[in-house]
Amino acid sequence: MTSAGGLRARFPVRQGRALRGVSLRWALAAGVFVVVAALLGLALGPVDLGIVAVAREVLSHVPFLGVQSSFSETEDAILWELRAPRVVLGLLVGAMLASAGAAYQGVFRNPLADPYLLGAAAGAGLGATIVIAYDVGGDGGLDLRPLAAFAGATLGVAVAYLLGRSVGGRETTTLILAGVTVAAFFTALQTYVQQRSADTVQEVYSWILGQLETSGWTDVLIVLPYVVVSALVLLWHRRLLDVLAVGDDEAASLGVPVARVRLLVVAAATLGTAAAVAFSGLIAFVGIIVPHAVRLMAGTSYRVVLPLSLAFGAGFLVLMDLVSRTAVAPAQLPIGVVTAFLGAPFFAVVLRTTRTVGP
Amino acid sequence: MLNRPLATALAVLLALVLVACGGDDDTAAPPATSTVTAETSSAAEFPVTVEADNGSVTLAKEPNAIVSLSATATETLFAIGAGEQVIAVDDQSNYPPDAPVSDLSGFQPNVEAIAGYEPDLVVAAYDPGELVDGLEKLNIPVLLQDAAPDLDAAYEQIEALGAATGNVEGAEKVVQSMQVEIEELAGSAPGAAGATVYHELGPDFFSATSETFIGSVYELFGLVNIADAAADADAAGYPQLSGEYVVSENPDLVVLADTKCCEQTAATVAKRPGWDQIDAVANGDIVEADDDIASRWGPRTVEFVALIAEALAGLGQPQ
Repeated sequence: MTSAGGLRARFPVRQGRALRGVSLRWALAAGVFVVVAALLGLALGPVDLGIVAVAREVLSHVPFLGVQSSFSETEDAILWELRAPRVVLGLLVGAMLASAGAAYQGVFRNPLADPYLLGAAAGAGLGATIVIAYDVGGDGGLDLRPLAAFAGATLGVAVAYLLGRSVGGRETTTLILAGVTVAAFFTALQTYVQQRSADTVQEVYSWILGQLETSGWTDVLIVLPYVVVSALVLLWHRRLLDVLAVGDDEAASLGVPVARVRLLVVAAATLGTAAAVAFSGLIAFVGIIVPHAVRLMAGTSYRVVLPLSLAFGAGFLVLMDLVSRTAVAPAQLPIGVVTAFLGAPFFAVVLRTTRTVGP
Repeated sequence: MLNRPLATALAVLLALVLVACGGDDDTAAPPATSTVTAETSSAAEFPVTVEADNGSVTLAKEPNAIVSLSATATETLFAIGAGEQVIAVDDQSNYPPDAPVSDLSGFQPNVEAIAGYEPDLVVAAYDPGELVDGLEKLNIPVLLQDAAPDLDAAYEQIEALGAATGNVEGAEKVVQSMQVEIEELAGSAPGAAGATVYHELGPDFFSATSETFIGSVYELFGLVNIADAAADADAAGYPQLSGEYVVSENPDLVVLADTKCCEQTAATVAKRPGWDQIDAVANGDIVEADDDIASRWGPRTVEFVALIAEALAGLGQPQ
C-alpha cells in the first residue's frame, strides 16, 4: 500500500522544475482563462442580449449592490435556463475530457492516448445508436440516450480491460491493443445498427458529432458528481503518474502498485468520460490537444499537467461551444466539428514540436 | 484514428456474413409475376417518354410490375389508380396500408435485390450513386423523383407517374383536387399572414427553411418561417437552430414533425427550459403533425395543409 503522500516522501524533488507543482503564475492564468471563457459564454450567443445588460442581470443577483436588471422574462429565461446550463455543462465536460486525456496519456505512456482509447467512445456510440435506432423507451417521453451511452462507454472499457488482463504480457501494449479491438468491434456493431435504420441516421450523426444543448439544469446536476469524484481521483494520483512515466518495471521496483494504480486511474477517467459523453456526445480532440498544449507551455510533470488540463479544458470547451453556436447563427454547428477543425491543425504543430519527447 | 482500417475490415466482414445469411430471403421471395391483369388503362399511349430527375425516361409498354423505393411515390401510385400495378414497395412505404411492403431499402438500395422482383419500372426518391446506372444496365426503366421543392414540382411528379403507368386521368384528378382543396385551405386563414412559424424536425432543433417543400406550404399562408434566418448556414434547407434562438424569436405557431420519431408532444415542448415564454406554447398553438405526412410531398399534403389551416384559424386564442 503506497499512498500518494508516502510517495512524495520517497521521491523527493527529482529534477527540479519538472516535479514542482503549478506555479502561482500558471494558477492565476488558468483561473482567469476559465472565468473569462465562462463570462464570454454567458454574454454572447445567437441572441444578442447585450453584454452590459447581461452584466447588470448577473450583478442584480448579488445582494447589497442595488443593481437593477433590465431583462424581460424571455431574456431572463434565455440566460438562466438555456445559456447558463450550457456554459456550465461545457465547463464540466471540457474539464473531464482534458484531465481524463492527460491521465490516459500518463498511465499508457502514449502521447496519442485520449479518453476514448479503450473503447469508451465506441461503446457510448453503440449505446446511443441502439436507443435512437430502435426507439427504446421513447413512449414515456423518457430519454434513455444518456443512460445507454454511459452504460456503453463503461462496458466498452471494462471489456477491453478484462480482455487485456486475460492476455497478459506487457500490460500497456496489450491493454491498448485490447482497446483497439473492442473499439473496432463496437464501431462495427454501431455502424451496422445505424445502416439498418437509415431513417434515423441524421439523429445518430448529430449525436456522434457532439452538442452541448441541454435540457436544462437537470443534465448538469447529473454530470456534476461524476466529474467531481473522478477529477479528485485523477488529481490525487498526479504524482504516481510521474513515477509511472519511468516505466512499469521501474515503477514497480520503487514500490508503486502499477496494476492497481492503472486500474484506479482508468476507472475514474472512464466513469467521468462516460458521464460527460452521455450528455454531450463524442466531442473529439479535447482530450489530446489540451494536455499537450499544457505540456508545451507549463511543464511535463503530471503535478502541472493534470490540474492545468482540468482548468484549460473547461475554458477551452466553453469557447469552442461559443464558436459552434455563433459562427453560423442562428443555426449551429456540431461542437465536435469545431474542436476537430481548430484542434487538428494545432495537433499537427504539437506533433512536429514534441515528436522526440514523450509525454 | 488508429482503429479505422480495422473497424472498416470488421464492418465489411460483418456485412458479408449478414448478406450471406439474408441472401435466402431475397431469392426465396417469389416475384409476383404477371398475375395482375392490367386492363385498367384506357388505351394509354405507349411507348411514352416522361421527365424525371434522371432525365427523359422512355417506357415501351405499360408497366405492371412496379417497384417503389419512395414512400411518397407509393402514396401517389395508389392514389392515381396504379396500385394494382405495384408489386413491391420499400420498408419506409407505410401508406396506404395495403401497399406490398418488402424489406427493400430506399436509403441503401440493393440493385440485385430489386432486380430479383423482375420489375418493369422502378420509382425512387434517392440514388446513393449506383441505383440508376445499375438498373439501366439491366434495362429496367427508373424514374428518379427527388424531394420536390414546392407544390408545382410535386404536381409534375404526380403527372409524370400518371403518364408512366398509363393512369393519366387518375393523376390529373388527384392533382386537380389537391389544387382546389389547397387553394381553399390557404385562403381560409387570411388573418394569419405575417405570423411566425417554427417547424421542428427533431428535438435538437433541426428545422426547414422556405426553400424546402414543407417551407413552401407555410408560404401559402403568408407565414414567416423563423428558420429562414439560418438559410445561409444550410444550403439544403434543413439547418439546426439553437434553443435560445427559437425562444427569442417567440414563434406564433410551433409545428412538431417529430411526434413519431421522437415522441414530442405539446406537453413535452412546454416542459423544455425557457419555452414557457413562447406565445405558441402559452396559447396552445402547437401542431402535432404526423412525421410521415409532414416529410412527404404526395397527395396527403392536403391533410397537412388542413392541419395548419385549422391551427391558424384559432391562432393566438388562449385555450
